[in-house]
Amino acid sequence: MARIIGGVATTHVPSIGKAIAEKKQNDPYWKPFFRGFDYVHYWLAREKPDVAVVFYNDHGLNFFLDKLPTFAVGAANEYRNEDEGWGIPVSRAIAGDPALSWHLINALVADEFDITMCQDMLVDHAVTIPMALMWPGEKWPVKIVPISINTVQHPLPSLARCLKLGRSIGRAIESYPHDLRVMIVGTGGLSHQLDGKRAGFINKEFDQFCMDKLVGEPETLARYSIHDWVEEAGAQGVEFLNWMAMRGALTGNVSEVHRNYHIPISNTAAATVVLENHEIPQRRAA
Amino acid sequence: MEQDIAGTIMFDGVQAQKGYALNRMCFSFNSAANRAAFLADEDGYCRKFGLNTEQCAAVKSRDVLRMIETGGNVYYLAKLAGIFGLNVQDIGAQQTGTTVDEFKAKLAGAGR
Repeated sequence: MARIIGGVATTHVPSIGKAIAEKKQNDPYWKPFFRGFDYVHYWLAREKPDVAVVFYNDHGLNFFLDKLPTFAVGAANEYRNEDEGWGIPVSRAIAGDPALSWHLINALVADEFDITMCQDMLVDHAVTIPMALMWPGEKWPVKIVPISINTVQHPLPSLARCLKLGRSIGRAIESYPHDLRVMIVGTGGLSHQLDGKRAGFINKEFDQFCMDKLVGEPETLARYSIHDWVEEAGAQGVEFLNWMAMRGALTGNVSEVHRNYHIPISNTAAATVVLENHEIPQRRAA
Repeated sequence: MEQDIAGTIMFDGVQAQKGYALNRMCFSFNSAANRAAFLADEDGYCRKFGLNTEQCAAVKSRDVLRMIETGGNVYYLAKLAGIFGLNVQDIGAQQTGTTVDEFKAKLAGAGR
């Protein structure tokens, strides 16, 4: 059976892509962020995931506002990146796992999540930058199932709904009859606001609170309304929805094994966390 | 009724309808050929996408707050800003009426 080994959550700011291309990892500005990935590399090398289920938000590459799904699940053999218009290099393509995608799709719809199914789907920097951060080498050793959550056009799904989406995915992965080691990725955040007179808003105290609660009490975070989240975390801080879904998919006993937090990267409070998922023994036996 | 958040315009159905043409134009800037076509004839390009007078004026004057008020979404506007060589610190400074250095200092200050 497939096993969920844990989750990685990370900021996905486009300028990280530029910094990687220009090899600025050790510049004073970038180092406090990139060195937060040393542990992630160690953890991935040790845990050797086969597949990553990636919760992210599209910023106008695959989806436009003409048809904007709340939740969309990729079911492609391969996911390509293309020119996003703001000057970051186009990424290499990422291999998909359509069999797992369809298993998740079937389970989600049976569980009353009426998602959009995408057999052809471009993925933007919100997928490709976390991949490049996690595996800086020449090859990406995992296949992915990308799941896009609308964080762009209100009404957005609630934090509670995204936690439930993650839980549904977690149950579906555990019922997948293949020996796969699956990791969950949530991208974006933490607090930031790009638009309006409140541009530049960052809330360190709230970010710390979110990372603390995410591990053992995600329900506390799920009680916030989107409106209150925008107030506390900034207009684009709502990308935390991807983190909530990631956390939801960790179905066992969860512990935080790594955290890095640095202000600022671009206009954003940058954060990276690694959560481990340990199976609850009696559940398998029951 | 929820209180408005100062300095923040929620990109909701009202804004999304208002800004559809402007955001659709910005979406087209994923293509290098379209970015070049815009630079060759800004007014013509704005007209082609059906921007209203206010939106055309906001684009012409590079006024980001005005673009947002008229329905622009910042993820799409960032593609337009990129054509002018402006990053999110530049547009942050413009929207908050500060210099780019002051804006960067404010960001760094949030970490202390």
